[in-house]
Amino acid sequence: MTSTSPSPAANGHGVAVVFEGMHRWYGAMHALNGLSLEIAPGELIALLGPSGCGKTTALRALGGLDEVDEGTILVDGKDLTHVPANKRNMGIVFQAYSLFPNMTARDNVAYGLRLRGVDGVTRKRKAEETLDLVGLGQQASRYPHQMSGGQQQRVALARALAIEPKVLLLDEPLSALDAKVRRQLREEIRRIQIMVGITTLFVTHDQEEALAMGDRVGVMSAGRLEQIAAPTELYDRPATAFVAEFVGLTNRLKGVAGDGTVDVLGTHVPLLGGSAGPGPVTALVRPEAVKLTPEVGAAARVVAVSFLGSLGRVQVHLPDGDLVVAQVAATDVTDLPPGTAVRVTVVPAPVFAVAS
Amino acid sequence: MSGSVSTELGAAAPGGGALLNKPRTAGRGRRTPRGQTAARAAVLVLVMGYLVLPLFAMVEFSTRGDVDPVTKTAGRSLQAFADIFGYPNLVEGIVTSLEIAVLTVFGMLLLLVPTMVWTVVRVPRMRRVIEFLCLLPLAIPAIVIVVGIAPVYRFMGQNLGAFGSSALTLTFIDIILVLPYSYRAIDSSLRAIDTATLADAARSLGAGWPRTIFQVIVPNIRGGILSASVLAIALVLGEFTIANLLSFNTVQVVIYLLGKRDPFVSVAVSLLALVFAFVLLFAISRFAPGAVNRGQRAAEEPAK
Repeated sequence: MTSTSPSPAANGHGVAVVFEGMHRWYGAMHALNGLSLEIAPGELIALLGPSGCGKTTALRALGGLDEVDEGTILVDGKDLTHVPANKRNMGIVFQAYSLFPNMTARDNVAYGLRLRGVDGVTRKRKAEETLDLVGLGQQASRYPHQMSGGQQQRVALARALAIEPKVLLLDEPLSALDAKVRRQLREEIRRIQIMVGITTLFVTHDQEEALAMGDRVGVMSAGRLEQIAAPTELYDRPATAFVAEFVGLTNRLKGVAGDGTVDVLGTHVPLLGGSAGPGPVTALVRPEAVKLTPEVGAAARVVAVSFLGSLGRVQVHLPDGDLVVAQVAATDVTDLPPGTAVRVTVVPAPVFAVAS
Repeated sequence: MSGSVSTELGAAAPGGGALLNKPRTAGRGRRTPRGQTAARAAVLVLVMGYLVLPLFAMVEFSTRGDVDPVTKTAGRSLQAFADIFGYPNLVEGIVTSLEIAVLTVFGMLLLLVPTMVWTVVRVPRMRRVIEFLCLLPLAIPAIVIVVGIAPVYRFMGQNLGAFGSSALTLTFIDIILVLPYSYRAIDSSLRAIDTATLADAARSLGAGWPRTIFQVIVPNIRGGILSASVLAIALVLGEFTIANLLSFNTVQVVIYLLGKRDPFVSVAVSLLALVFAFVLLFAISRFAPGAVNRGQRAAEEPAK
């Protein structure tokens, strides 16, 4: 695992969170396998990974909803490992709609304050202020079944924030929403998180969401943290083959490694640390690093083109039988119809290589 | 492409001919529903007759008045219903049964609701085991239960004084007897909501388990709890075998004994017990919170 240093708090109101050597078994399944992680005050960490990688288990352990078998959870320097969920003061937004159906939006948001003994007038005022924060001040008297999925998740966010939690935990809160609402809401969550300055752990399997929202993104696999880094570093300088292949699209191209570089499609490309070699390797090359030049007589042929709005993706059949995907500008798509002969080269940006 | 379109259009041409056949098809279509309607009506009449006829017979029997010596015809009278209060044993039996019913409902809810919520939230793999245990009384005949439990009641009667020999101790058996029906009612309500997530949300907001169950889960399964309670009451008020074999005077046992002395009063009480059960069932189907919420949901389209 590699990591970058936690970034400083956005406005200094958050608390630090530390996971130390956390293990969790469910029967034979090792859901958390020595997970260690530091989250700086006010930082938003996105945990990304495939289903069953342990990201939700880590979040639930921090929220006190699941036990850990080994390891320690420190929040603001205090050991919360064995503190029950209702004593941790964590705000959680769940993947499933979790508003209490028998309560209005206002009562849902005020519920945590009621448990803290806040008087009725203050409770109502604070609930309405928090609903205003998420843009639902006018919907305070509505019941959950009278609201859309996006509105329900906004109220759930307001409910989590109203108790002024130490840490905000977001367990795939956008996954049940349609694409447009999802994009809007993720930007809104990020805006509010920066405004409030709360330390946040965000769990998702959607890499676009993770890269767009996280100060840092942690990629998990089989209960372990493969890499945690800023989104750009994670994308450009993956530390392991799993990260290189899981985050973004990659082409697996044959090459020969030696002396810190790999020869791919006739270009010497620098190798990232941890890569295989020397000798024959498979280089993991991003589609945007593949360049296509129409050239009469070239051996490679365009086989398919996808227009994606602001850009295009072109599938090219190489002479050795391999298929490579290149990302091109949308304006170039019309110049590369299927059947076009193209010369394929690779931009000499660092790549990760695995043994062939 | 255009070729395939032409083919489809060509293939569609015979369909125009099919249009000419439409009235015949429609005619057959009309005849079939009419036949179905008649069949449905017949079934409805048969079922209603099966259910209503005995009730009608009970009403007819319990309201028979004295025979007029001149006309030789019997008049109508509510004397049998008024006579109910002339049998202290009967009134006592009714009160006892109602007390047992109330205690059974409380006991059943206290036993089932926390257990089922806990099972769903914390140990979902135990759900099948709990379900099996709760449904078990369905498979055990009442006589077997009595034979098994009689020594316990004998012990209680000899060693626990007035409480041990009280008919209210039937509550313990009745709680077990109502488990299969009450379990089903509460279980369907718990399945209708995301119990585990609601419990997690409540706990993360600072609620302990008692608050989570009674402030968050219970209000959202009120319909199931009400159904379970009504079923329990109906079952307790109708339970005869065990009470009779253990020699406790509940309303059903007293009705049975009274039937040998004054069949008119006996049938009048039975009729009232049935009406009471019907009113309860009607109330639950009409006024249960679940029914209201379903109505609201159907009426109000969620905002998009």
